[in-house]
Amino acid sequence: MNNDEIREVVLRLLSQVAPEADMAVIKPDVRLRDQIDIDSMDALNFLISIDAELHVEIAEADYPKLTTLDNIVAYLAGKLTVDG
Amino acid sequence: MTTMTYREALRSAMRDALERDPRVFLMGEDVGLYGGAFAVSHGLIEEFGPERVRDTPLSESTFVGAGIGAALNGMRPIVEVMTVNFSMLAMDQVLNNAATLRYMSGGQFHVPLVVRMATGGGRQLGAQHSHSLEGWYAHIPGIRVLAPATVADARGMLLAALEQLDPVFIFEHATLYPMEGDIDEQAGAADIDHAAVRRAGKDVTLVTYGGSLGKTLEAAATLAEEGIEAEVIDLRTLRPLDMATVLESVARTHHAVIIDEAWRTGSLAAEVSAQIMERAFNELDWPVQRVCAAEVPAPYAKHMEDATLPQAAQIVRAVQEMFA
Amino acid sequence: MTAGTLVAWRKEPGDAVRRGDIIAEVESDKADVEVEIFMNGVLEKILVEPGEKVPVGTPLATIRLDPGEVEPAPAPAASAAMPAAVPPPMPRAHAGAPAEGRAPISPAARQLAAELHVDLATVTGTGPDGRIQRRDVLAAAEAQRAVAAPTPEAAPRDKQTRMRQAIAAAMMRSAREIPHFHLASTIDMGAATAWLAEENARRKIADRLLSGVLLIKATALALREVPELNASWIDERVMLHESVHTGIAISLPGGGLVAPALHDADRQSLGDLMTNLRDLVMRARAGSLRSSEMSDPTMTITSLGEEGAEAVYGLIYPPQVALAGFGRLHARPMSIGGQVVSRPVVVATLAADHRVADGHRGSRFLAAVEHLLQTPEKL
Repeated sequence: MNNDEIREVVLRLLSQVAPEADMAVIKPDVRLRDQIDIDSMDALNFLISIDAELHVEIAEADYPKLTTLDNIVAYLAGKLTVDG
Repeated sequence: MTTMTYREALRSAMRDALERDPRVFLMGEDVGLYGGAFAVSHGLIEEFGPERVRDTPLSESTFVGAGIGAALNGMRPIVEVMTVNFSMLAMDQVLNNAATLRYMSGGQFHVPLVVRMATGGGRQLGAQHSHSLEGWYAHIPGIRVLAPATVADARGMLLAALEQLDPVFIFEHATLYPMEGDIDEQAGAADIDHAAVRRAGKDVTLVTYGGSLGKTLEAAATLAEEGIEAEVIDLRTLRPLDMATVLESVARTHHAVIIDEAWRTGSLAAEVSAQIMERAFNELDWPVQRVCAAEVPAPYAKHMEDATLPQAAQIVRAVQEMFA
Repeated sequence: MTAGTLVAWRKEPGDAVRRGDIIAEVESDKADVEVEIFMNGVLEKILVEPGEKVPVGTPLATIRLDPGEVEPAPAPAASAAMPAAVPPPMPRAHAGAPAEGRAPISPAARQLAAELHVDLATVTGTGPDGRIQRRDVLAAAEAQRAVAAPTPEAAPRDKQTRMRQAIAAAMMRSAREIPHFHLASTIDMGAATAWLAEENARRKIADRLLSGVLLIKATALALREVPELNASWIDERVMLHESVHTGIAISLPGGGLVAPALHDADRQSLGDLMTNLRDLVMRARAGSLRSSEMSDPTMTITSLGEEGAEAVYGLIYPPQVALAGFGRLHARPMSIGGQVVSRPVVVATLAADHRVADGHRGSRFLAAVEHLLQTPEKL
């Protein structure tokens, strides 16, 4: 999967937990929690859906790395490459 | 249209009746030569003679009974009992004969009797001459009870009463006799089935009759200055009561006060109040209030008598409490 | 709520129905409610068609009960439907509540309230003995209109607006009728966060716990120690509840708030609480909460979450008598063993009804919550 495909999946799964948000206007380098209204439950559900779809399990210790769209995509890209 | 006094209106009705219908005659204490204790029949004996205008002995039971007898035999008597206080002596005739003969005879006998009485206080005549007992009459099935409060009704209701086949008792508040008012002299029998809305209003329904109408209208005027618009209903007929008019009004105003010069306990006001509660319960925003006479025999001294009778200020206060 | 619209039938005549089945969806002011069936039988005849709006209490269908089924007592209309203004009082267990102490209401006021869809529980009476009169109902109706979004339409059909109105009415009633007092306590969450990290590291992502469930469990257990906070104020007296059904304040997309019950929160494992909480939040946001969830909360918990303020001093949802609040988890310097260290803390607050509890009892409650959170493995 290339980064664009990963980004597409991430945005799709994000819109499932934040259906009223407009994914088109998300700034990729700004903290997501500052742009869309999601709480810890939404965040966890999002990560669960990432795990279900991309089979990438994200350790709780890594949560602080996943604050913007860019760094989520980068993290996932890294994990997917490692897993082949 | 012309202006005349209440007593003149009564007289004009009797004169017309005596003229038109030979069955009609007037009978009572001092109605003839004296011209009537309240001057209502003044001049009638001169016009119609002693057969048609008959002075009676001081015996209410006798002459009311005689009136019943005359009515049973096809006459149309007008019996004048000087005041309701004295009519107590004739109650047996009233209840056990006049009111019941039609029922007891299975409709074979009617008693087309009209009895006129002065009622009420306010003239310092003391405990035996000042009470309002028309409520007791309104308690009796088989009779009609009327209370004209205006000059027009004084004439019209008497003429209507003379057309009834069953006994009619007319109560004239003694303070109304000198009251002046407009009247159509040619007007015939008035409607005796309905109450009249004497003043329209949206905030509270004031129900009254007879001698209390004036004070009630006065109270309504005072309340209007405070922004409370009272609807004043003159019952006119005390039996049968026109509750439809009262209930329609209460449905709009949600507040009711009944003003009745009789004593509060077991009064006609109590009957009206009970009916309002029974039939317009959901319309009430406040319990129905009553302004009645104090529960004492009428005093003689003026300031004391005034203190026992319903006054405009009391009516105003009763309404003000509802909107405090 | 005085009327609802039947949205859809989930079962057809002839279908077997079992206790707990959802048989229909009804639209109310706050959300679409799923109508549960409480008996086993067969759906016989549908009495209300989709799209029909009917008054509360209208029978929707007939069910032929299985042999041996006892027909349940008819639920009071208030608890069977979504409340328009405020969650209705706890049902049947307290059916014998005496009338004395309740504000009198004139017959005309009662009638007017029905016509204007004013919840008499939200009206203050200005007549003698606190009697509610027409003018009070009219004032309440005015206030309701004043709170509504200013649209030219006569009755706002918009669900959001209706929800806002309902919340506003409930909050106004809370502020007006409940003598609130607030207590706060800063809770050291070091043990809790450490344990949670360890626990979540062991768990698959789908089974991970949010710190929120620790707070919910601790709150629910603390209510067992201070039971007068797990109660309702009805008819001038406090009614204690047997069970602890914590209402969870959930914000809705587009604005609005619901606080449905997590039943028996004190008796669920953290894993179960997490599963049920997730399900509750999802259904709250989808607008498919069950009527029992709306009417059953015995005490509500509101948590501001990670982006929230440090502490929340909230308003109690009548007829409940308490509200537990938690601010965001953050680091603070604390003095521990004479040393100043940075600890993760959360400020826990209690809003309580002063008719029912005082500072001493409220403090007991917060102390219990704090104590429980120091041994998270026991939650």
